[in-house]
Amino acid sequence: MATSTPTAGRSKTIAARGPLVVRRRRSPRGRRSATLTVLTALVLVYTLLPLVWLAINATKTQEGLLGSFGLWFAGDFALFDNIAATFAYGDGIFVRWLLNTLLYVVAGAGGATLLAALGGYGLAKFDFPGRKAVFAVVIGAVAVPGTALAVPTFLMFSKMGLTDTPWAIIIPSLVSPFGLYLMWTFATDAVPEEILESARVDGSGEFRTFFRISLPLLAPGLVTVLLFNVVATWNNYFLPLIMLKDPGWYPLTVGLKSWNQQALTAGGEAVFNLVITGSLLTIVPLIAAFLLLQRYWQSGLAAGSVKE
Amino acid sequence: MAITRRRALLLGAALTVSLTAGACGSSDSSGGSGSAGDAAAPAASAAVSGADIEKALDTGGSITVWAWEPTLKQVVEDFQAKYPKVKVNLVNAGTGNDQYTALQNAVKAGSGVPDVAQVEYYALPQFALAKSVADLGALGAGTLDGTFTPGPWSSVHVGDGIYGLPMDSGPMALFYNKEVFDKYDLEVPATWDEFAAAAEKLHRANPKAYITNDAGDAGFTTSMIWQAGGKPYTVDGTTVGIDFTEPGTRKFTALWQKLIDGKLLAPVTSWSDEWYKGLGDGTIAGLVIGAWMPANLESGVKAGEGKWQVAPMPQWEAGGRATAENGGSSLAIPEAGPNKALAYAFLKYATVDEGVRARVDGGAFPATTAQLQDPRFQDKEFPYFGGQKVNKVLAESASQVVGGWSYLPFQVYANSIFNDTAGKAYTSSTTLQDGLKAWQDASLTYGEEQGFTIKQ
Repeated sequence: MATSTPTAGRSKTIAARGPLVVRRRRSPRGRRSATLTVLTALVLVYTLLPLVWLAINATKTQEGLLGSFGLWFAGDFALFDNIAATFAYGDGIFVRWLLNTLLYVVAGAGGATLLAALGGYGLAKFDFPGRKAVFAVVIGAVAVPGTALAVPTFLMFSKMGLTDTPWAIIIPSLVSPFGLYLMWTFATDAVPEEILESARVDGSGEFRTFFRISLPLLAPGLVTVLLFNVVATWNNYFLPLIMLKDPGWYPLTVGLKSWNQQALTAGGEAVFNLVITGSLLTIVPLIAAFLLLQRYWQSGLAAGSVKE
Repeated sequence: MAITRRRALLLGAALTVSLTAGACGSSDSSGGSGSAGDAAAPAASAAVSGADIEKALDTGGSITVWAWEPTLKQVVEDFQAKYPKVKVNLVNAGTGNDQYTALQNAVKAGSGVPDVAQVEYYALPQFALAKSVADLGALGAGTLDGTFTPGPWSSVHVGDGIYGLPMDSGPMALFYNKEVFDKYDLEVPATWDEFAAAAEKLHRANPKAYITNDAGDAGFTTSMIWQAGGKPYTVDGTTVGIDFTEPGTRKFTALWQKLIDGKLLAPVTSWSDEWYKGLGDGTIAGLVIGAWMPANLESGVKAGEGKWQVAPMPQWEAGGRATAENGGSSLAIPEAGPNKALAYAFLKYATVDEGVRARVDGGAFPATTAQLQDPRFQDKEFPYFGGQKVNKVLAESASQVVGGWSYLPFQVYANSIFNDTAGKAYTSSTTLQDGLKAWQDASLTYGEEQGFTIKQ
């Protein structure tokens, strides 16, 4: 079993498949490296510490929060009170924000993934004039951060009268150049031309072929793109911040910030404990999504790395 | 923190773009909506009279109010109960800068502009000059002379116009933790020299404790210069001068530099959770801050209950009677707002008439002289402050605000770069005086780029 990439078209494959390829290089004979262990441990602590902090501090009351050491529990265990208060505060607006976020994720990230799959597949499997130009545009679009587009998008949407509506969040979320690029490279290898040709010979229409034959083959890539889009939409902050004025349409990110901001104004109520508990509740669904989707995702990462 | 800073700059940039665009946009939008030959926006406002306002209340309608001030919720309920045909849509479109950005964007886009917007005093000139908010003189605000205390009333004037009605005010006072003061045998300082001496005594007795915090705060610095009689900003229409070498500023920097050099100020940013923590555990033993602070102490620093007291602001000369405003905001009517008559009716209700009562009961500090002098207000005992009649001290401060202060017509931007310039005095060997010079230069450069005439 060879672990090298095929010689033919090698450079192209590596370049195009870059983000998806993970080459597991087992250290020979299971040798351990102290340096690596220490480095890994450091990275682990660095990434987990904020989470631990968040989990610990969500158990404190406002006074406990301000009066105790940040990385250990205060005397009072108020997690469940905090959760109840988070859902009840401000006439239960947290629930509304949670539902809004779900709407934006399902419609925005879901839609973006479907569009990326259609577009990426089309670009990978159909030859047409201008493909190179499209490639250039897509690669260029990957380089433009969403934040830079937020203000122009706002101006355009307000001309169309769409600001302060959910459309202002969903429509821009549907565009995912990076997802398109991933699906494109993935589809290039994951869907063999031969299968498509035999499907065509058997008289299957292009859409039927796509949904019946190609889509299952694309599943690992699709899940990867879906995860990326879900995370991006779930954490989207700047776009809703400038698009929305009505707290009734806020996603969790902007809503929690508005709670935090209360502590910064004359006469405002400081609710740090609710902000922290709300933040913990906000990341729970993301963690769940990762745990549920990870096995599809992992098989996606490995796909194509081994030549059979 | 880095992200916040960057976002602030980005918002600043967005604000700039919309400010300049707003200035020319507003004239062509009013030209478009009014009939040809009509004078632009002010003439349209002039058409609204007292009778029109009464009529608007009778016929009803709906208005949108952008504000983050918490007591307005009650005001809106009361207002709707009194005028059942009117629907008030109260929206918290963000706090401070976020809301200003949203407002400028809406004005520029010409859609989604609210009928009423909360604007802090320091930001009002910026909106007034861009003609984003209406001159309320045409709606009858000129007759309200004497209704408000002098500080806020002059803050809503820009040139000859009145661009908002004062909603609350922030005459300054010294808030201090009596328990800590008693423990270390500190007198309540009556002058700034005594304040500096107390700062040293406290910090020497307990190296963890500070008399107050300051990590560089534009609002606090300008208020302190204001109290010292300084007038660094001179604004005449679009001609702007900044001079931080004048005597008032020097008075402040000489004192504050001593505190910075002696490391006698807690290096904690106001409004951070660290700040709330310090106020609760006694490591920040005092605050020189606006009169709206009691409500924040009560809700955010529960551990300080029974410990805090209020005293007059320390003076530059023994026996002096000078204070300044810190914070506070007005309600303004965006020029592009759809229903000015009804908006003004709400403005007046919330800032002059019955609404003030509800707001005071909710813990707001009013800007109206009638409320401030009301015995019910002055004699109210605050359990949090050990039963002290806090409002007496604060109301007295309101009557002693030094006159003649003005902010820049681009103070929102200027404040956003304070920490990158003057703020360096708190973290490096730069002196505060040099830091303020850097702030002055950066602000002037920006002003020039925005088309203001700079007075040398």
